[in-house]
Parts: sequence; C-alpha cells; structure tokens
Amino acid sequence: MKALDDKKLIVEENLCKGCGICVAFCPKNVLKIKNGKVLVHDIDSCIQCGLCELRCPDYAIYLGGK
Amino acid sequence: MTNYLIEKYYRTERLPHIWCPGCGNGIVLKAIVKAIDNLNLNQNEVCVVSGIGCSSRATGYLDFNTVHTTHGRALAFATGIKFANPKLHVVVITGDGDCAAIGGNHLIHAARRNIDITTIVFNNNIYGMTGGQYSPTTPTGDKGTTAPYGNIDPNFDLCELAKSAGATYVSRSTVYGVNMITKQVEEGIKNKGFSFIEILTTCPTYYGRKNKKGNAAEMIKQLNEITINVNAYNNLPQEKRENKIVIGELYKDIREEYTEKYDRLIKSF
Repeated sequence: MKALDDKKLIVEENLCKGCGICVAFCPKNVLKIKNGKVLVHDIDSCIQCGLCELRCPDYAIYLGGK
Repeated sequence: MTNYLIEKYYRTERLPHIWCPGCGNGIVLKAIVKAIDNLNLNQNEVCVVSGIGCSSRATGYLDFNTVHTTHGRALAFATGIKFANPKLHVVVITGDGDCAAIGGNHLIHAARRNIDITTIVFNNNIYGMTGGQYSPTTPTGDKGTTAPYGNIDPNFDLCELAKSAGATYVSRSTVYGVNMITKQVEEGIKNKGFSFIEILTTCPTYYGRKNKKGNAAEMIKQLNEITINVNAYNNLPQEKRENKIVIGELYKDIREEYTEKYDRLIKSF
C-alpha cells in the first residue's frame, strides 16, 4: 500500500464549473459538489483510478504526486 | 498527467474555456491532444483547422498552428494548407452542423480526393452555439428549438457518408469511451489519406434539456447504452440490431493520397 501514500488529488477551483461528471463516475464516493465546485471530502477512500481526471471536461481535477 | 498535457499543448492563459458545464467537447479535445502526444509529433508540424460552432472554438485553446475559419469551410482551408505544405499533419475539428450541413459538400469532395487530412467531428446532435436548432444528425423525433413537436427529418449517418464518398479510414466513438477516441485519432493521423472520425458527444444545455435526457453524467452513460462495438454488432442477429449505433473502426482502405499523386504529376514534366 506504500505506493498510495503519496496520493494527491488536485482541484483547480478556477477551472471547475461544477458539472458533477467526476462525482458521478467516482467509484468510491471521494468527491462531492459544494457551492458549485467539486470538493475532495474523503481522500482516504481514493484508489487513484483516474476516472475523474479522464472525464473532466474542464481540466479542473487531476492526480498529482509521483 | 493532465497538467502535463494541458501545460504543454494548451494556451493555458485562455482557460477556463467557453463551453457549458458538462459539455463533452473538453473531454474529446483532451483525448485528441493525448493522441498527438502519444505519436510524439512535433508541435510546429501540426496544424489544427476548425470552422464555426461550439466545437470549433477548440482551436483557440490549442498551442499548435491553428486556424479558425468560416462556417463549414474548415475542410476547404485545410485542403489548401495541406497542398501548400504537405509535410504538415493537418487535423480538422468540426461540429455536426458545420461538417454535415453547410460544409457537407466540402466533406464529400475532400473524401473523394483522399487528401491526407484527419477530420474529427464532434457530434452533439444539435446546433448548440446558436440556440438549439435541430441539425442533420438530430435523431428523428427528437426536439430542438426549431422542432418543438419533434424532428421529422431522417438523421444522417456521417460515417456511411464518408465511407461512400471515398474516405480511407472511418471510425466512430463516444465521450464515454475516452481511450477509444485517443486510439482512433492516432490511427487517423497515421493513415496516409482522408480519415473521418465521428465522436458522439453531449450537449446538456440544449439537446439534453429539450429532450429531457438528464444531467451531463447521465447523458454520457446513455451514450454507452445506445452504442455497440462493431465486433459485437456483427455477431448480433438481425432483429436485435435495430436502434443501435455502431462504434469502433468501421472502414479501412488503401488508396493513393492526393498530394502524392499531384507531386507525381509535377515530377513527370
């Protein structure tokens, strides 16, 4: 599980339009929409599948770290 | 990886882009850029040309040689660019209205000539930018601003059109299968000849709202339900094939490319 320790989910708030696609496709319910922007509320559940990044039309969320 | 692609190939100072929340165009554009990155093409040897419409705004955000042209004429400009400098990889980004309605004539003749252009059609089933009028690809019975009781026109199968007109690579994919878009664009750019790639995308603001298709994520999931891969489709019995949209690589052919043919003619003198 060491590889997951440095996981980072980066949100660029100025790019997010709050469409909710990442929230709908996240298999682990890591994300939610708050005040019209995406919010990472449960980073511990993140499995770094990258589905949020793959389908974000606004390039507002991506996996960081190594 | 996203920030790498965005920083390398986008004019980041122009983001956030103009597209509505939930519009599929941004997803498709990133998949195209990823394909260009996978092929290791020189950024200065790629020329992206677009017409008018929501999808055609894409050229404004990309850091290649880009041309934003007049309505429907993207392929005409691209033909000129390819002819003037055959070394360029010319990619045309166009919408369903731009490509099939006002630019339909340019499409069939570019395909007939088999000129080495990769045409990518963002098909969102409607004219989004001008306010939701029905387009040649709006499915029969679906609603638009100008078809409040349902569209009575039969809709165009653009892939069949391109294939019949002489394109040498024809494929279709959806914004649900993002990696498939990347793969098909790679194949399209590698193909020496006219490549036609239709990508089914979503317009939650007009098409989705007029036809009560739900939110952006639901629309993307619906695209997965109404499509079927070409290999699975070929094995289906006839009665189950109705109302399914076939995706995947639909047609491949080898034919002499237009600029090469022209070069041969010039050298013969």
